[in-house]
Amino acid sequence: MRNAQSTRLLCELSRPGRRGATLGPLDVPPVDVARVLPAHARQESPPPLPELSELDVVRHYTNLSTLNMSVDSHFYPLGSCTMKYNPKRNERLAALPGLGDLHPYQPEATIQGMLEMLWHLQAFLAEIAGLEAVSLQPAAGAQGELTALLVAAAYFRDRGEERTNVLVPTSAHGTNPASAAMAGFKAIGIESDAEGMVDMADLEAKLDGSTAVMMITNPNTLGLFERNILEIARLVHDAGGLVYLDGANMNAILGAARPGDFGADMMHYNPHKTFSGPHGGGGPGAGPIAVRKMLEPFLPTPRVVRSDVGGRVRFSLEWNCPKSIGRVRSFFGNVGVLLRAYAYIRTLGPDGLADVSRHAVLNANYLLARLRDVLPVPHARGCLHEFVGSMADAKARTGVSAMDLAKRLLDYGFHAPTVYFPLTVREAVMIEPTETESLETLDAFVEAVRAILAEPVDLVQAAPHSGAVNRPDEVRAAKSQQLGWAAGGPVAAAAVATP
Amino acid sequence: MLQAIRAAGGPADAVDAGIDTLFSGIPGDCRLRRPLDIPAALDEVALERHLRELAGRNMSPASSTCFLGGGAYDHFVPAVVDSLAARGEFYTSYTPYQAEASQGNLQVYFEYQSLIASLTGMEVSNMSLYDGGSAAAEAVLMAISAVPQKKRVVMASTVHPEYRQVVETYLANLGIETVTVPATAGVVEPAALARACDSHTACVLLQQPNFFGCIEDLPALTQAAHAAGALVAVAVDPVSLGLLKRPGDCGVDIVVAEGQPLGNHLAYGGPYLGILACRESFVRRMPGRLAGQTLDRRGNRCWVLTLQTREQHIRREKATSNVCTNQGLLALRSAIYLAVLGPQGLREVAEACLAKATYAHRRLLAGGRLSAGFDQPFFKEFVVRDVVGRPDELVGELVDAGYLAGVPLGRWYPDLDDCLLVAVTEKRTRAEIDGLAEAFESARAGRPAAVGTGFAAPRRERTATHA
Repeated sequence: MRNAQSTRLLCELSRPGRRGATLGPLDVPPVDVARVLPAHARQESPPPLPELSELDVVRHYTNLSTLNMSVDSHFYPLGSCTMKYNPKRNERLAALPGLGDLHPYQPEATIQGMLEMLWHLQAFLAEIAGLEAVSLQPAAGAQGELTALLVAAAYFRDRGEERTNVLVPTSAHGTNPASAAMAGFKAIGIESDAEGMVDMADLEAKLDGSTAVMMITNPNTLGLFERNILEIARLVHDAGGLVYLDGANMNAILGAARPGDFGADMMHYNPHKTFSGPHGGGGPGAGPIAVRKMLEPFLPTPRVVRSDVGGRVRFSLEWNCPKSIGRVRSFFGNVGVLLRAYAYIRTLGPDGLADVSRHAVLNANYLLARLRDVLPVPHARGCLHEFVGSMADAKARTGVSAMDLAKRLLDYGFHAPTVYFPLTVREAVMIEPTETESLETLDAFVEAVRAILAEPVDLVQAAPHSGAVNRPDEVRAAKSQQLGWAAGGPVAAAAVATP
Repeated sequence: MLQAIRAAGGPADAVDAGIDTLFSGIPGDCRLRRPLDIPAALDEVALERHLRELAGRNMSPASSTCFLGGGAYDHFVPAVVDSLAARGEFYTSYTPYQAEASQGNLQVYFEYQSLIASLTGMEVSNMSLYDGGSAAAEAVLMAISAVPQKKRVVMASTVHPEYRQVVETYLANLGIETVTVPATAGVVEPAALARACDSHTACVLLQQPNFFGCIEDLPALTQAAHAAGALVAVAVDPVSLGLLKRPGDCGVDIVVAEGQPLGNHLAYGGPYLGILACRESFVRRMPGRLAGQTLDRRGNRCWVLTLQTREQHIRREKATSNVCTNQGLLALRSAIYLAVLGPQGLREVAEACLAKATYAHRRLLAGGRLSAGFDQPFFKEFVVRDVVGRPDELVGELVDAGYLAGVPLGRWYPDLDDCLLVAVTEKRTRAEIDGLAEAFESARAGRPAAVGTGFAAPRRERTATHA
């Protein structure tokens, strides 16, 4: 019962003269545009946008939405992305007048409630990290990485030390080496050992006085806690370097272990993962960072500070930080995401947050235990919040690849796990159930995986069989570079096969 | 669950010793042996009461009158934007790695790219970046990558000061020199830009309308930069493109914008979205995600993430950027906004902004407390000078009368520390503008404020600049 009429492109739905929104009559004198704007700045005709009624628009987007899988509609065990349930209460709270509609340049006296919330969030994130100072400014995890590396660069410059290298395990997210390069460092890969941990010999071989930062994801991308983390931190610190923790996997260790306590000097959070901010189809996220006291002077500005003069408590923005790296984005930060994180932390409290990780780890171990006989897991006896299986044997035996399994799971009503990451596992299938899934859902997922692996190979390789689309041709997309309806000329109606 | 693990033959010790044994991979020295020091849990009723209490101590633009701008604006957001973007299938989904499970989002982003390309007059848009400031920095990095032998970037001082600060922060360790061209009477003279550009200049960064709201001569500035062999990136106000010449038609190479004005709430500064569009020849240098059209195995038109070999998950340290997501939900909102307004609607919003700002400018200057900051054409925002010279105090007094009156410029421009930036969107009414003008005059007369909001700002000392 799909409505394919309404999901045609906006430019195909457009009809001359149709419109969705109208403005009321002007209550000020009209201006003669030709008189007030210079000719070089005037566009004679309106921009070439499609013309649609409001109902056209509503039907278009409502029907498009049904072509997505989402956490609200499906189990979404996308490893490393922590696709947990996003509490509805946070959506309502973030939109409250007085929170969701504040202008970033309002006078401080008019935003005391907002600043108080942000100040407390800074303190919560410092406590959960075991680090002293927090910047809420970065807009995403990757920007948090970049910000922290810029802080590290400023710190070493301030100390008169020239350090050029950032060490990154080969199992890390691609953002780590990319951020290192953007911050002006040379990214150097550190190999994993047979158990999926940082290879200590390789680390010691590459660690020296030119090392600025060791970036480490812990728990790592295999869902394992780096057994030698204290030794790694000691070695890096002895070489004069800093330890950066990629906080992508904080959902595993809330209240169980703190990065500052196991040697990290700086870290970023992904509040859209750990603290339940909805992923929004790709964003917005946020990437607040926490750092040790000695790095605090270099954090971006502004940060929220609290003063208490004779019992009169005030919150204000601190701009005057001469050693600050500056800023990595305009305005304060992704406050809407941070607000949801605040509401989430206040909802759960210390025991609830610890239970988040306990149950996330329990759910992952349950899936691991029930799947590993059919989906080999090369590196794990147990795991934390996620694990990485491998379809390498299956592929060699039957030809069914990680991608085939992923596509066939869609037919069973499950979003696919992350596949082909981390790069250190062949035919990787990275499964992260999160704490918010029930035993029944996990069991159904297990049954689906087991059933698929017993299905005829050609059936699986031709998946997905349900849904509107089957295996888009990515090579064709890259070759034709049709990145907009105008880019490749008028939309080629002949190529359109509308069911 | 533990029984289930046992039944499945899971780690026996886990079953026997409870969940905590699952954490046995964490060395004992790394374990936290006390509860986190954060407040106790709140139920939903108590949480809402708490956040409403916090919200009540903020002055909402909904219950006051907002003339603040500087890159974020109180434009009207049609209900249809909020309603559609609140669908869980949109906001609880993620990056479309599995194209078959994400055709809705992929088509939304393909259409967003198309709408932005049409609006800006450029050939290609990406799926969006974080915000206007980081988009400006990414544009500069992109331009530098196109001419790696050039190590110099020229920025107009009329570009948003925070955007310039972001660019400088991003470039801090890359061996690139940044030069700022001063403004004359609120705009950058093409001759001054030409003098600032030399053969080592990779790109110039401009803004239209500029941070002061003034209209720059973008075609002439572009020509001056191109004559020196520099690429041109310009930050624009997307709503202004209902009326102003498209930057693509002015010859620029890269367009960036803060996308907040296109259907996104103010949210104290974020999340917003960074728009980035460029000529097709730069497409392989673009940062961020791109949606492309293709066919599936059955010959159906469909959409995928494409040209991913630019990106960090494949290229790692050689990627065009470390960006790994777009601002999907905000891009969706902006696409819905543009779809529902259409060409005529956006034109009317822009015309209403221009008419109301023009009226406000005349009305505010008629009183005597304020004089014109610059004698230049403007779009929806303009600078006024407080003849008494205390704009911070003035803003504080007007807060008490229920007005968010303007943004003091002294923080960024010490020589303009007696100036306010005033923005007027299509939402403001004649009565609100008249009220603002009267409130400015009342403030001068030292009369008590008309409306007591309880938000009276303490008298703030005139601090030095925060630049």
